[in-house]
Amino acid sequence: MARCRVVLTFPPDKVEKPVAYHLVKDFDLRINILRAKVDLNEEGKLLIEIENHKQEAIQRGLQFVREQGVQVELVDKELQWDDEECTNCGACTAVCRPRALHLEAPDWKLVLDKQKCTACGLCVDACPVKVIRIDF
Amino acid sequence: MSCMSVTRTYDEINEKIKKGKVVVVTADEVAELAAERGVSYVAKNVDVVTTATFGAMCSSGAFLNFGHSDPPIKMAKVWLNDVPAYTGVAAVDAYIGATEMSESRPFEYGGAHVIEDLVAGKPVHLRATAYGTDCYPRREIDTYVTKDSINQAFMFNPRNAYQNYAVAVNSSDRTLYTYMGTLLPRLGNATYSSAGQLSPLLNDPYLRTIGVGTRIFLGGAIGYVAWEGTQHSPGAKRDENGIPLAAASTLAVVGDLKRMDRRYLRAGVMHKYGVTLYVGIGVPIPVLDEEMARFVSVRDEDIKTTVFDYSVPHRSRPNFGHVNYKELRSGYIEVQGKRVPTVPLSSLERAREIAQALKEWVAEGRLLVQEPVQRLPENQVSRPLEVVGLEEIANG
Ligand code: SF4
Ligand code: SF4
Repeated sequence: MARCRVVLTFPPDKVEKPVAYHLVKDFDLRINILRAKVDLNEEGKLLIEIENHKQEAIQRGLQFVREQGVQVELVDKELQWDDEECTNCGACTAVCRPRALHLEAPDWKLVLDKQKCTACGLCVDACPVKVIRIDF
Repeated sequence: MSCMSVTRTYDEINEKIKKGKVVVVTADEVAELAAERGVSYVAKNVDVVTTATFGAMCSSGAFLNFGHSDPPIKMAKVWLNDVPAYTGVAAVDAYIGATEMSESRPFEYGGAHVIEDLVAGKPVHLRATAYGTDCYPRREIDTYVTKDSINQAFMFNPRNAYQNYAVAVNSSDRTLYTYMGTLLPRLGNATYSSAGQLSPLLNDPYLRTIGVGTRIFLGGAIGYVAWEGTQHSPGAKRDENGIPLAAASTLAVVGDLKRMDRRYLRAGVMHKYGVTLYVGIGVPIPVLDEEMARFVSVRDEDIKTTVFDYSVPHRSRPNFGHVNYKELRSGYIEVQGKRVPTVPLSSLERAREIAQALKEWVAEGRLLVQEPVQRLPENQVSRPLEVVGLEEIANG
């Protein structure tokens, strides 16, 4: 099963385009909407997870989205933290339900399993020293 | 059993430290060594064991003396970067408490941040008001200070380095925001904060070698144990090896803020709870004899703690039994038949770094072990606060 996470950025005039509908209907993709931030007259952002047994199907779907004037970004880069400033205290891992963030033995430093992150953003507030950023 | 038990004095250890011949290892290392070669081997070969912790310690703060302005002022109210400090001590002395919050940016900036900013060498905005007296006519002042521009800046933390601490869970249906981090509903997580086998007071459960005057690592500088910490409860319940089963002894510590390093002293905000200070503390423990060798050899699996339900907002919370630190470190514990993910709230990575740094200080002769000038009280337990009338309290 091929799977990827993308952030779709809709310019203000494209916010109401029903791209998710087309991805399901016309490209036979399984879509899971993880986060949405859409303001009328402003940019809209949608974080989605896309699944299909074929990588090409996903690629074709994303190509269609781009053709609609919607920007597509792979999600890998979204969650970041300042490694120098992080104290490896663990507070962020408390709220990470999918256990994407965890402190790992033997050196007990913070690690992120990008595959598991749903970009829920809860870790951002939970970090006592405010070193986590999600640009979404 | 060997017929001659090993003993060493503080003086003997310090002689070895001065000659660069001391054998010093961290509490992690000694636990392994004891498991491999036995406690007697440790007693015979190890002089000092370094312990450490790096975690949120709300009961922290610093005394500052700003020096006198011209004309002078007897400060009645004082703010540092908009955070109120206590100044009911003489004219220009103040105490900035870690958990005090900024009046303009509460839950975002507080006393702990002021302390961290001072340590980092940043200028801090000082504002004060006064009534004005004959000898202190000035009624307000607005200026900037740094740690180098003021006379004294010493940390004085009334309660640090808790000997063991609870595991927090939440059995209710809503998320709780606590000083033990964010607790997810329906036993969604379990948070714990002790450094376990590396934690200072768990390596000397009866505080034989840790008392008033003990020289320690505090926030990156040399500090001292000043007194028993507030809520010091050595009389707490212990297991068969003498290790407390929940929060027990505590230390009040003092040290020169000007020499500290923000790597080991960090302000933090607990989401929807408030401001706190992460403090790094390391304590060197002299292996005086076989008993101390046994104490410092303690391992995570030997240290149990109690799981408490933080969804009950009462002083005596219901508990869900005991777990040990090896189980906590494994990532999951079982609570009420449910597999609950565990989350540490103190940094083991940073604590290990401190134990290592302290080991180097001792090995390089920069820190001598200090015999306590006075031992801390041995049996008391922390008292609750009752709401009573004057009659009741007067009649005991
Ligand atoms: S954004 Fe959510 S899922 Fe991703 S790491 Fe943070 S808490 Fe975990
Ligand atoms: S809460 Fe912040 S400081 Fe603590 S481990 Fe997570 S990112 Fe690092």
